Amino acid sequence: MEKIYPEDNEVLSVVLSGVGGQGTVLATNILGQALLLEGFDVKTSEVHGMAQRGGSVMSAVRFGSRVRSPLVPYGNAQFIVATEMLEALRAAPYLSREGIFIMSKSRIDPLPVLQGRASYPENALEMIKQIAPESIILDAESIAENAGSRRAANVVLLGTLSLFLSVSEETWFKVLKSLIPARVLEINRRAFLAGRTWKEAR
Amino acid sequence: MVMCANIFRGFEIRPEMVARTVCDRKAGVGKVNMDDRLLLTGNEAVALGALHAGALFASAYPGTPSTEIIENFARNEGVYAEWAPNEKVALEAAIGASLGGVRAFAAMKHVGLNVAADPWFTLPYIGVSAGLLVVSADDPGMHSSQNEQDNRYYAKAARVPMLEPSDSQEAYDLTREGFRISERFDTPVLLRLTTRVCHSRSVVVPSPPEPPRLIDYEKDEKKRVMIPGHARLRHPVVLERLSALAEYSESFGLNMLEEGQNRHEFTDGAGGERQKSVLFITSGVAYQYVKEAFPSFPVLKITMSFPLPRKRIKEACSRYENLFVVEELEPYLEEEIRALGFSPVGKVRIPRTGELNPDIVRAAFPELEGKSDEKRDLPFASDGLPGRPPILCAGCPHRGIMYALARLKAIISGDIGCYTLSVLPPLSAHDCQVCMGASITMAHGLSKALDIKSSLKAHSESASAAGGDDENLERLVDAEREGAKGKRSLSSERPRYPVVAAIGDSTFFHMGVTGLMEIAYNRSNCTVVILDNRTTAMTGFQDHPGTGRTLMGKDTVSVDVEMLCKALGIEHVKVVDPYDLEECMRVLYEEMNRPEPSVVISKRPCVLREKSPGRPYYILKENCNSCGLCMRIGCPAVVRRGEDILIVEEQCAGCGLCASICRNDAIRSLDI
Repeated sequence: MEKIYPEDNEVLSVVLSGVGGQGTVLATNILGQALLLEGFDVKTSEVHGMAQRGGSVMSAVRFGSRVRSPLVPYGNAQFIVATEMLEALRAAPYLSREGIFIMSKSRIDPLPVLQGRASYPENALEMIKQIAPESIILDAESIAENAGSRRAANVVLLGTLSLFLSVSEETWFKVLKSLIPARVLEINRRAFLAGRTWKEAR
Repeated sequence: MVMCANIFRGFEIRPEMVARTVCDRKAGVGKVNMDDRLLLTGNEAVALGALHAGALFASAYPGTPSTEIIENFARNEGVYAEWAPNEKVALEAAIGASLGGVRAFAAMKHVGLNVAADPWFTLPYIGVSAGLLVVSADDPGMHSSQNEQDNRYYAKAARVPMLEPSDSQEAYDLTREGFRISERFDTPVLLRLTTRVCHSRSVVVPSPPEPPRLIDYEKDEKKRVMIPGHARLRHPVVLERLSALAEYSESFGLNMLEEGQNRHEFTDGAGGERQKSVLFITSGVAYQYVKEAFPSFPVLKITMSFPLPRKRIKEACSRYENLFVVEELEPYLEEEIRALGFSPVGKVRIPRTGELNPDIVRAAFPELEGKSDEKRDLPFASDGLPGRPPILCAGCPHRGIMYALARLKAIISGDIGCYTLSVLPPLSAHDCQVCMGASITMAHGLSKALDIKSSLKAHSESASAAGGDDENLERLVDAEREGAKGKRSLSSERPRYPVVAAIGDSTFFHMGVTGLMEIAYNRSNCTVVILDNRTTAMTGFQDHPGTGRTLMGKDTVSVDVEMLCKALGIEHVKVVDPYDLEECMRVLYEEMNRPEPSVVISKRPCVLREKSPGRPYYILKENCNSCGLCMRIGCPAVVRRGEDILIVEEQCAGCGLCASICRNDAIRSLDI
């Protein structure tokens, strides 16, 4: 996998999207802290509060030699890391021309869909492939389950993302250790490695 | 002034003191020296700044986006931090601590300053002893708020100096600077944050911490007792101080003109020949958006935004032909610049509502060459995707009681908390909501108005309505339970006095108690439902005066809500379990029909805090006729798949509410 590295004055962006409770905010912090340790200027944006009651959650990590806005402009993100398909589509306007999705093919119906008042885009997966054919689409929840818990799907996707970033494995594990509670650290380490070796696993 | 070595001992820079979530700084490897770099949210940076400023006292009421400031501060050794019942209490406690001689701060969301506005306006008259900082976290875009007021006007209205950081480093630095300004000028200082500063992480390099300064207490009643005779003497002092602060603002380092790489000009669209120079004027996080969208244009960044550095603004503005003001919400800077005799372009192009972002800023100035990215083509309209609104969790104890109120066709005066989410379909269980505590007082006025109207009508409709008759009620409850068609059911029966206030426990302690006193004292026929889930859930499970624990993790007394209501003069106080729908309906119906004030306490801990209430439920297919009644409670575990309705086992918390409304006995517990 070719690593990306911000050139002088360039800022790279990762948008993370999911559903409240899927660990999007934690993944954002892990990614941000790892890039910080590698020496980049980093800014992240998160939304707390109402968004966490099962609502959409979208956050971002931006890095480079000097980052200004914590919010990502449209068409600027090199990666959209999504733990849910509809939320990946919602974040799509942020994807750059060269950008790709790293997405779990999980589907969580929002309440209006559950109640039959709206319909889930049935061709979500095809649309993702159409927008960015080079995207990596995983069954991150099953991979996480094999690692010990479906809840680690967010960390599986970070593992896959790590293939593209100039961050050492040592740094990743250091950050995981500092941010993840000790009792589930091992599960998350396995989940991260599984995401990092997704190609071999197939 | 003395230093206390004992307290100072714990104060070395250790990132874990501020945020458990911060990495080991020493561990980094890379191209720059990272020993001093932390990646902090604005809220964490304020907490660290206060700690390094030697602040020892903090008080707050939780409110997004400000909540984590004091939570992070409280994790440190040697400091005192507390949850106050509301923001007025928090600010007054901080004033007391300042007079007592330690640096202190109060943190709140923007609307919290409304609650604290009473002390806020008199505080500048009495000044401070040790440094006093008030942190207001505004919420442009209303991510989790009921309005998007611009609290910069509070600084101007009360003549309190204001600092506006644009990222975490500035949040850290300005917190420390705020305490210095406070002591130097004998004034409180407002640190005005916004959601995007509070909840964005950016790099902070801390500077060496100051030891806490402990100032001796001295009595000074002429300065601190605001009887009219004293206050008349103090008001001119406030104005003199303002002049001194204005001078300070002129020399304030972060009120800065960044010239840009060169004198930028653009071609005037009309003639296409004349070149015009451009200056952006901005403050807060909008500065970052300007730098993102127009990286090399000159910018006047205002950081101390009250009092404004008028001379510097004048000097800068007179050197450029086009003045573009970029600020979130109100035209605060724009009006001030206009008053200086310039004609800036601001709210004509920049929206006055919602949050800004680099795209909005860039699009506002199409004549300038900004930075923009090419988007991917999308095979769908992004605004056509189904929304994902926040919802009450599966098993949420608010669901049963709000469902019961909606079925009883109560006029529901709601309040601020998770339960407000029941306004959304399918529950649609709210009629009105304004601010913390207003559920009770608005219900009181509503109920009085209905009474006045009905007494004016000679033959009131309510006189003929069923109610109060026990036998009749029992029949109605049975009918509701069995869903017998053709018979009158309880849910279609509107009680005689249908006004109900619904308020959470934390909100009740915040501002509901005085409202309940109003209802008891002035005798309205309201029923106040207190949704007691033993936590401040919406902001992330903070303790409050009813939980028996403090912010610092100590056991303490807890308010007995029943006794409190009775002591206020409410005779009829009932406690119900919101998972027992039948009981809720029965008690609410009785209380709503009572021509007196009453309180119903719905008691169940938040489902996210307690172990699941029971085993999951499932749908017995042979009994289910897919009538969809169980879907009316809006539970995310109950879903429709094609013709069938099913319960998602992993989602189901086992509260059994769906089973209690099913008329076909089709919903069973896995327990049985």
